[in-house]
Amino acid sequence: MCLAVPGRILEVEEGDGSRIARVQFGGITRPAYLDFVPEAAVGDYVMVHVGFTISRVNAEEAARTYELLKEMGLLESERRGPASSQDPRGGAA
Amino acid sequence: MRYGIDELLPSRIDLVHGPGCPACVTELETIDQPIQLASRPDVTLVSYGDTLRVPWSHSDLFRVKAGGGDVRAVYTPVEALKVARTHAERHVVFFAIGFETTAPATAMAVWQARREGLKNFSMLVSHVLVPPAIRLLLSSPATRVQGFIAPGHVCTVMGYSEYEALSRESRVPIVVGGFEPLDLLEAISLLVAQLEAGRAEVENQYVRSVCYAGNLPAQRIMAGVFEVCDRKWRGVGPIPESGLRLRPDFAAHDADQVFELS
Repeated sequence: MCLAVPGRILEVEEGDGSRIARVQFGGITRPAYLDFVPEAAVGDYVMVHVGFTISRVNAEEAARTYELLKEMGLLESERRGPASSQDPRGGAA
Repeated sequence: MRYGIDELLPSRIDLVHGPGCPACVTELETIDQPIQLASRPDVTLVSYGDTLRVPWSHSDLFRVKAGGGDVRAVYTPVEALKVARTHAERHVVFFAIGFETTAPATAMAVWQARREGLKNFSMLVSHVLVPPAIRLLLSSPATRVQGFIAPGHVCTVMGYSEYEALSRESRVPIVVGGFEPLDLLEAISLLVAQLEAGRAEVENQYVRSVCYAGNLPAQRIMAGVFEVCDRKWRGVGPIPESGLRLRPDFAAHDADQVFELS
């Protein structure tokens, strides 16, 4: 109920007096109203909750998160050494 | 819990969930209202899919549907308006629960209903606010909570200025956190660093979605449609100024008044 989901805007159209985005979430697309994030445009990543965008994902900050994940991945393989493929816990989620 | 983070953390760090999901903090007598309405032959009760599945005191909305009630799930409250427009002979009631994350969408739908003069649409509003619940927790002498992860999507809408007073008054660190496992770990790390340094401040871990002021268009529509009210929380009792209700000028779309429920 309080989770918003990140997705990528594929296209934007006018309807009902509002701009409505078609947003891709993994394998599915859903509509999202852009009333609360009017500057959102095609190609942007947005957080969507119950059919409304509530924020535009800051690309620089998202990249920082991915860099942290990669860094954690590197540290993990250094710790495990050459036998890393036998770790029963598997890779990072 | 889903990622097993609580098991990976050192035993000295205890994660406690709260204040509760919007469904489970809502008083039973409030929840029985949508069930009663849904049982009326002239009413179409609409809400989110997960709300319809929640078991209440003696039934749930899906069971009312199975018994012949007109109960429908929607992805967004605006879809409930479409149901009202295409079924003028029925009164459509949208059951709106949720924290601040969900309130702007509710506000947009009722705003549109009033603008269109939609006569057969009303809302049963039971929104709740997070900061008053945290304030109550902090005011209890029995509380052992030493730090809070503030909800990232609530703060995406509201910003986090409200948490500064809480942090300052009670000298607890508060970190606005996201929901991915990495977000949670980073938020916990920031809280632990504050506790170890003896600091008590508000920090934002979820910078990719949350800014200090929050989402201003969303807050504007909330302020135009809702007013703050006292709300009873299940298991806790009344918390002053912890809920949202429709302003008097939306009375024609307030199911509480249309159906004289309270």
